[in-house]
Amino acid sequence: MSDVTSPEQNKRILMAKTGLDGHWRGPTIVATALRDAGFEVIMIGMVKAEEVVQAAIDEDVDLIGLNIGGHIDVAVRAVQSIQQSCQGVPVFAGGVVPPHAKRKLEALGVEVYPPGSQLPEIVSAARRLTGLSGALPASD
Amino acid sequence: MHYPQVIETTRELFEEASRGDRRSLARLISAAERGEALPGMPLAFQDDETCLCIGITGAPGAGKSTLVSALTQELLKTEPCAAVLAIDPSSPVSRGALLGDRVRMQTHSMAQNVFIRSMATRHHHGGLALATQSARRLLQHCGWPLVIVETVGVGQVELDVVKTADVIVVVLNPGWGDEIQANKAGLMEVADVFVINKADRPGLESTRRDLEAVLLNRPADNRPIIVETVASKGLGIAELAGALAKVRRELSSNGTLATRRTEQLALELEQQVERQLQAALKTVRQSKMFEDSLQRVAHGQDSIAAAASKITVQVLSRPPEHGNR
Repeated sequence: MSDVTSPEQNKRILMAKTGLDGHWRGPTIVATALRDAGFEVIMIGMVKAEEVVQAAIDEDVDLIGLNIGGHIDVAVRAVQSIQQSCQGVPVFAGGVVPPHAKRKLEALGVEVYPPGSQLPEIVSAARRLTGLSGALPASD
Repeated sequence: MHYPQVIETTRELFEEASRGDRRSLARLISAAERGEALPGMPLAFQDDETCLCIGITGAPGAGKSTLVSALTQELLKTEPCAAVLAIDPSSPVSRGALLGDRVRMQTHSMAQNVFIRSMATRHHHGGLALATQSARRLLQHCGWPLVIVETVGVGQVELDVVKTADVIVVVLNPGWGDEIQANKAGLMEVADVFVINKADRPGLESTRRDLEAVLLNRPADNRPIIVETVASKGLGIAELAGALAKVRRELSSNGTLATRRTEQLALELEQQVERQLQAALKTVRQSKMFEDSLQRVAHGQDSIAAAASKITVQVLSRPPEHGNR
């Protein structure tokens, strides 16, 4: 795997599922791909926005990944609440997100990767969002 | 994590964290994980017997995370707060990690009196992350006197937890090996408390019998307590908390706790020295001297041992990198 970071630069990503709908399969596959790209991925399962916030703070993560399911207005409120409490930590999202919902989330600055997105695309988004977009650090 | 108002120095982070700011505490732990110097980090707990670190170890799948979650719940009946350091392995290939222990600890996901931190081993062998002890110190310094460390699923050799935690709990399951297995396992010698978790499964009696047989060799006043639990149902957890309280009293009164903490410090010192030596070796590896030695060995002009000795002298002659942990 060439896409490695040095341990000192290990970036941490919180992966959570908000809302009742949706499955673990997607987040698990994405989490595995992110791990294989050198990220430390913290899984917290299906939780409320406040739980995402507390985990993001305690775990000092660089990026929050949300699997969005259920009603879009609920998701939007969750994202807003997370963004307010975790200022400066980018959020990206996946899940079954229809186009109008995708636009709403994007308006909040959330990058959305709906079904059909390719893993390399998601990994490269994670690298960019955690400030790893430059040249790969020299391997030791 | 980035901050709206940037807190620059470690000192400021310490102040904020000591006042109860979780972000600052979390950032300090990250700094420790990156191996950054944390000047002025005090040995808060060294002589402080109100602080306690409980190490939970055992084979993968033994139910450690679920047990830690239930135990935390139980201990909070008498303790004001509890912190958990949950260690999972880093991939040796990608250096990434999947840290999944929080999934089993969701009961505490919004508790203000519980601080859970997942840590990847980051290439450190021994069942713990290198920064585990630093993280423990930080927590205890910042108002979290009770720290529970959950190791990666260990086999029989990863015993760092012994020199990091004050009290060691080894988690087994019914059907876990036979008497021979029990005898050869290094884990068996370090436990203060054995937990046979998933005790509602078949094989409980024989596991308990094998365990007791092995423990007969230990002096009667130093024999670990065996507790049966079904952590997922909360069964036996009060007994476990009781056993831990008893062990804690004993370790305190017979001076073992003080001895263990000195050993913990010694391990930390050793690890710091190793780190500095590795850093020095890395630099020497790039030098012409190393390249020349390599060529001499390659052409049969020097033995590997002789060349290694010369390189070692070079490594040792380098000034240590102060403040760089």
